Amino acid sequence: MNFDLEKFKVHGEPLIYGAMISIALVSIGIVVGLTVFKKWGWLWREWLTTVDHKRIGVMYILAALLMLFRGGIDALMMRLQTAAPEMKFLDAQHYNEVFTTHGLIMILFMAMPFIIGLMNVVVPLQIGARDVAFPRLNAVSFWLFFFGAMLLNISFVVGGSPDAGWSAYFPLASNQFSPTVGNNYYSLALQISGIGTLMTGVNFIVTILKMRAPGMKLMRMPMFTWSVLITNVIIVFAFPVLTVALALMMFDRLFGSQFFTMANGGMDMLWANLFWVWGHPEVYIVILPAFGIYSEIIATFSKKNLYGYTSMVASMLIISLLSFIVWAHHFYTMGQGVMVNGFFSISTMAIAVPTGVKIFNWLFTLRKGRISFTTPMLYSLAFIPIFTIGGVTGVMLAMASADYQYHNTMFLVAHFHYVLIPGAVFAVIAGFHYWFPKVFGFRLNERIGKHAFWWIIISFNVAFFPLFILGLMGMTRRMYTYSAETGFGPLNMISFAGALGLAIGFVILVYNIYWSTRYMPRDENGDPWDARTLEWATHSPIPEYNFAVVPKVKSRDAFWAMKHDKQPLFEEPITKIHMPSNTGKPFVLGVVFFFLGFFLVFSMWIPAIVAGVGVLIVLAAMSFERDHGFYIPADKVIKTEKKLGGGTV
Amino acid sequence: MNKKGPLYALFISLFLLLPGCSSITVLNPKGPAAKTLSDTIILSILTMLGVLAVVYILYIIMLVKYRAKKSNEGYIPPHEEGNIWLETTWIAIPIIIVAFLSVVTVKTTNAVENVPEGYKDQKPMVIYASSSNWKWHFSYPEEGIETVNYVNFPVNRPVEFRLYSFGPISSFWIPQLGGQKYAMSDMTTYLNLVSETQGDFLGRNTNFSGKGYAQMEFTARSMSAEEYDQWIKDVKATAPKLTEDKFKSLLATAHVGQETFSSTHLSFSPPPGEHSEHMDMDHSNMEMDNGNMEHQENKDIHPSPAPEKQSEFDSQPNPELNSPLPSSPAAEATHQSH
Repeated sequence: MNFDLEKFKVHGEPLIYGAMISIALVSIGIVVGLTVFKKWGWLWREWLTTVDHKRIGVMYILAALLMLFRGGIDALMMRLQTAAPEMKFLDAQHYNEVFTTHGLIMILFMAMPFIIGLMNVVVPLQIGARDVAFPRLNAVSFWLFFFGAMLLNISFVVGGSPDAGWSAYFPLASNQFSPTVGNNYYSLALQISGIGTLMTGVNFIVTILKMRAPGMKLMRMPMFTWSVLITNVIIVFAFPVLTVALALMMFDRLFGSQFFTMANGGMDMLWANLFWVWGHPEVYIVILPAFGIYSEIIATFSKKNLYGYTSMVASMLIISLLSFIVWAHHFYTMGQGVMVNGFFSISTMAIAVPTGVKIFNWLFTLRKGRISFTTPMLYSLAFIPIFTIGGVTGVMLAMASADYQYHNTMFLVAHFHYVLIPGAVFAVIAGFHYWFPKVFGFRLNERIGKHAFWWIIISFNVAFFPLFILGLMGMTRRMYTYSAETGFGPLNMISFAGALGLAIGFVILVYNIYWSTRYMPRDENGDPWDARTLEWATHSPIPEYNFAVVPKVKSRDAFWAMKHDKQPLFEEPITKIHMPSNTGKPFVLGVVFFFLGFFLVFSMWIPAIVAGVGVLIVLAAMSFERDHGFYIPADKVIKTEKKLGGGTV
Repeated sequence: MNKKGPLYALFISLFLLLPGCSSITVLNPKGPAAKTLSDTIILSILTMLGVLAVVYILYIIMLVKYRAKKSNEGYIPPHEEGNIWLETTWIAIPIIIVAFLSVVTVKTTNAVENVPEGYKDQKPMVIYASSSNWKWHFSYPEEGIETVNYVNFPVNRPVEFRLYSFGPISSFWIPQLGGQKYAMSDMTTYLNLVSETQGDFLGRNTNFSGKGYAQMEFTARSMSAEEYDQWIKDVKATAPKLTEDKFKSLLATAHVGQETFSSTHLSFSPPPGEHSEHMDMDHSNMEMDNGNMEHQENKDIHPSPAPEKQSEFDSQPNPELNSPLPSSPAAEATHQSH
């Protein structure tokens, strides 16, 4: 085999060399640290092999936070490069790679895993279950996501990042116009983590439908669980399209097929259609759970039940249906004529109706409440006015004719940041602050939290509002530079200042985690916020079996009913509890998939075949394994409950 | 308190919008299509400001009135399931707004997809605009000339741009004259523009197409009919012919400056077929032999930009060398009568 070291190298950029060195140093640091403190065994037993939904959730969130900083640095580099006309900070190629990975990472490796992480931690608790339906599959999902993300991340230093935009339109993304391996990484990294996401979808649908505590009818489920159920239905319908599209892309790039090429019957717009048939529902995959998170938080801190529960559920269902019939609004300008554009305009604008219903329901949840401004509540409240700006500009973009002027401009960039940051990012931060004491047994510091909040909220608007105006001035997205005569300079500079402010806000947020871990008082009871739903009915931190006794649900907001209406929740005596045993195979599967992906990226066929066989072997080993888990005896459960303060005994 | 962010944003927007729309290209139209779009945008902004106002007022009332304070310490908020009338209201009113905007959208989309109102009695002048990494080729079949990276046309004359690409998807946009449309390798799309002011307008590709994308701009100059005729005469008298070899070398070069030729590439490299039957416009002068059926064959003739050193054409025969132009030969006469 012709082994060519040259193709692994990425040349010429001091920034990339710097990244290489820092990656090497951090890796060495981690290995040395684990060895010195003799933590390898702990890491393996407690984390890498875990099937506990709470730990998997925590790992998802950790990975997402790391990716937030990776994607955030990309964002800062982009805003710096465009802060003034004719900047020389990045060259065109590097800029193209940076905005491509920024988009990919923020959507697929930050927002979505953060949400899946919260889902993992919270949903089984909210429905009174001991775990998800398929705990080992859950571990497989996580490790596939994780190694998919890592595969994309090493592209930066090994071989070159994808550079055709996160939507990777053909024929630009074909070998002819993107000859580096960057888009091979794209097809394989997304494929691997996408398979993981698809399995999460199946897992959570089954979990929510089959594992609810007795008495928890569908219409008694907490709103976050509802949003997660609907989201996972979207995942199960949307992700197969991505799987197929990425497979076709991989064939085109690695094996010379011609699905999307310019000649021999290839159709470039077929890729755009497939991509957005998945890609549009994808944005609702990150937005709908956010709606669920806000519903929980706003109700809790208004001390009221959620207003219009039924219409909230109905509007999410309608949004999920509509999300599948609006994809062509991403290319109104393809020339498909008035009829088609009209249909997609109307279906797109229709989404504003159920979304409006939700906004008003939240506003009326606040009415007659007693609103306390905690950090999670601040993010939830800031969401309403900012997201509404994103929403109304979405309606403006939905008008096909007007979109001929906005398409591909900064106006669009401003719109989707106004939707996705308040919609997804503020939500996961709010959820993070809200559920943090549940998982770790202590709250994050409120004062530092509010500092971070104000930095983030104000800087967000400074960073993104100018982009609306830049769009109307004619500045298009993905331009790595522009001339001074365009007049784009001043607003871009303001935007860059905002980006810096956002970065400071996120640093304060992380500092808060550090500070609170060291200094915040422990031993909260399980319910620090006087909350309403079941996850607060168990101890903090949560014992591995979640609930010593499975709760009996008699109404919505079951925990609130127990506390304030004196409805008993735990009636049965404690018995032995069945638990799944840990397994290292999902982790190994992730590693093997990583190597399979890596070798395919570089068309190294023999190692790829070996890795492919490895995948099959691990899968076979998992399929034929006989492991029925184990029981925690009743007396041990009672002992643990006593130690934790015994709320349920 | 949390209103600060958006209020600040609104403040910036008013501050920047009020001093005049002249720096805001999209709201400074120079032709009927852009004017329609500008009016649509302003209408939608006003409608949406109305929606925002309602949400913001309610929001402020809720936060000020119902916040936790010392005076309502022991207050226990009521349990409320919802209210059928209130919920119906905030379903019905948005439906009315969306219906209104839908009508506006369909009407205005129809308006800008066709020859603008007031110019329907004129036969549009055809200009083929094709993109290749990273430049724009403008072919004038009626005049038999071709330019690169600039396009001239007479003022107050409808121009039908026919768009396609020799490479990645690009999007053809002259914001002051109208909205954009994609130029793709496997179909031709159409854009009708009219300029009502003489002058230079910036046009560019807005769809990311690789390294040189940021520089992929061109000048669109709208000139008086006399000036335009003079320009055509000059081009025909002085500019060289566009040979196939020259065209190949143009495609193979990433960037070029402005160039002018006294013949077009359409004879040896015809555009791809028409878009599918969705196109409801009248293109009767676009002949059948360019229709969908030959779409695939066309793509083979239709060259892709040469990779690095060698052009892809080198090994390919030229099946339709010197075949007739795809538009009607009478076109030139029409122009003279104008």
